[in-house]
Amino acid sequence: MIELWNALPLLIQILLKILAIVLPLLGLVAYYTLAERKVIGYMQVRIGPNRVGPRGLLQPIADAVKLMMKEIVLPTKADRTLFLIAPLIAIVPAIAAWAVFPFDDGLVVADINASLLYILSLSSLGVYGIIIAGWASNSKYALLGAMRSAAQMVAYEIAMGFALVGVLVAAGSLNLGEIVRAQSGSVLTWYWLPLLPLFGVYVISGVAETNRAPFDVAEGESEIVAGFHVEYSGMGFAVFFLAEYANMILISALSAIMFLGGWLSPFPQTWVHGIIGLDNGFHWLLLKTFGFMFLFLWLRATFPRYRYDQIMRLGWKVFIPITIVWILVVAGAVVAKLPPWWSA
Amino acid sequence: MLKTASDYFRSLFLFELFKGLRVTGGYFLKRKFTVQYPEEKAPASPRFRGLHALRRYPNGEERCIACKLCEATCPALAITIEAEVRADGSRRTTRYDIDLFKCIYCGFCEESCPVDSIVETGVYEYHFEAQGENIMTKEKLLAIGDQYEAQIAAARTADAPYR
Repeated sequence: MIELWNALPLLIQILLKILAIVLPLLGLVAYYTLAERKVIGYMQVRIGPNRVGPRGLLQPIADAVKLMMKEIVLPTKADRTLFLIAPLIAIVPAIAAWAVFPFDDGLVVADINASLLYILSLSSLGVYGIIIAGWASNSKYALLGAMRSAAQMVAYEIAMGFALVGVLVAAGSLNLGEIVRAQSGSVLTWYWLPLLPLFGVYVISGVAETNRAPFDVAEGESEIVAGFHVEYSGMGFAVFFLAEYANMILISALSAIMFLGGWLSPFPQTWVHGIIGLDNGFHWLLLKTFGFMFLFLWLRATFPRYRYDQIMRLGWKVFIPITIVWILVVAGAVVAKLPPWWSA
Repeated sequence: MLKTASDYFRSLFLFELFKGLRVTGGYFLKRKFTVQYPEEKAPASPRFRGLHALRRYPNGEERCIACKLCEATCPALAITIEAEVRADGSRRTTRYDIDLFKCIYCGFCEESCPVDSIVETGVYEYHFEAQGENIMTKEKLLAIGDQYEAQIAAARTADAPYR
């Protein structure tokens, strides 16, 4: 098996690795949309879509077919090139970020040292897709949505970046795999405990970064119709949709990696070593990621949209001070080698 | 002062937001109310005012005596009646049309009818595919009455104690 793999040309090997990540990811995105409708339905005491296939399980396929059949409408005075490129700019970073993502100990496509920086830079690229889409549409609603999302993403990127600074101070590495390994022990040695305020800030800014409810002023369907993607139809719209959900999954998975110990088992290694299912492994990462993905939907089902000035106030005047103070606390704790996290 | 401080910490630790999450989380696990429509139907009152019908007596004779009270009382002017003397000397309608686009389903025609001829049935699943189908002629109304007579009679019996 290994010989067969090594016999393949390098290019084919890389392509296969990419497919092995992207295909399950897109499948997950498709079923995440169904999960969203189901979860929100359940929270509103409804049962959600259940007509296409058994229990509605084929609904995402029906949705995809519908969107592919639809005409792509180009607004007359839109900038054609940018209008068509914008969805790609939105989705490429959301997928490319997975290249440095450690699925299990050593199971990474590109095990680079600056993977946290790579992810930060790619997640900031995503905003260009939105801004370009809003501008190229030549529509006032789209432009307003784009401006809003630009301001919001800039504000929350800072808080998010600072929260990650806390993580890298604690772990002493920018490599995601190293960050997870630094958390090994049990559920109490994961970083959610010593970095609790940063954890909260990271999750909330993650919701704001992906323009999800209650921070979805960029879409704001009740006041600016649908924000940056009003003018998009068919596959253009579908690609924005995919990008939004792929970003949600990415943020969920990153939260699991950085604050909940990624693939680590919540039980101490001395208890469960060698027991299949309880031992460290990919399934723990998956479980934690699903937890965060459910949280995203839960938040959307619960909260009304934030007012715009309140979003800005929260980002600049609450989150940034909290993160700065807690980075100092963490730095002090690391220097003092506070057990059990930094005793070694 | 103390209240300001407590409010500050309540908002900082997202107290109200967690309360909200608890509410929706509780509903997530509750039993769902959805009625799966084509398979399941919501219960309807015997007074339900759906599609119209003209009834007959058990011997097959049509009840309508062309008194035109329904036509007179109809607030939407949806009913048009023409009448003649039949060969046996009784007064009968030659035309009895209800325009369902004008009808507001108030049930006044049914209330005014002295012989319980025009009634509104519990039928609410019907549609029109071409222009003109919205005009319910005497033949169509009588056919509906024949088809649903059991249901119509049962509904009237169920409602009788309250009239």
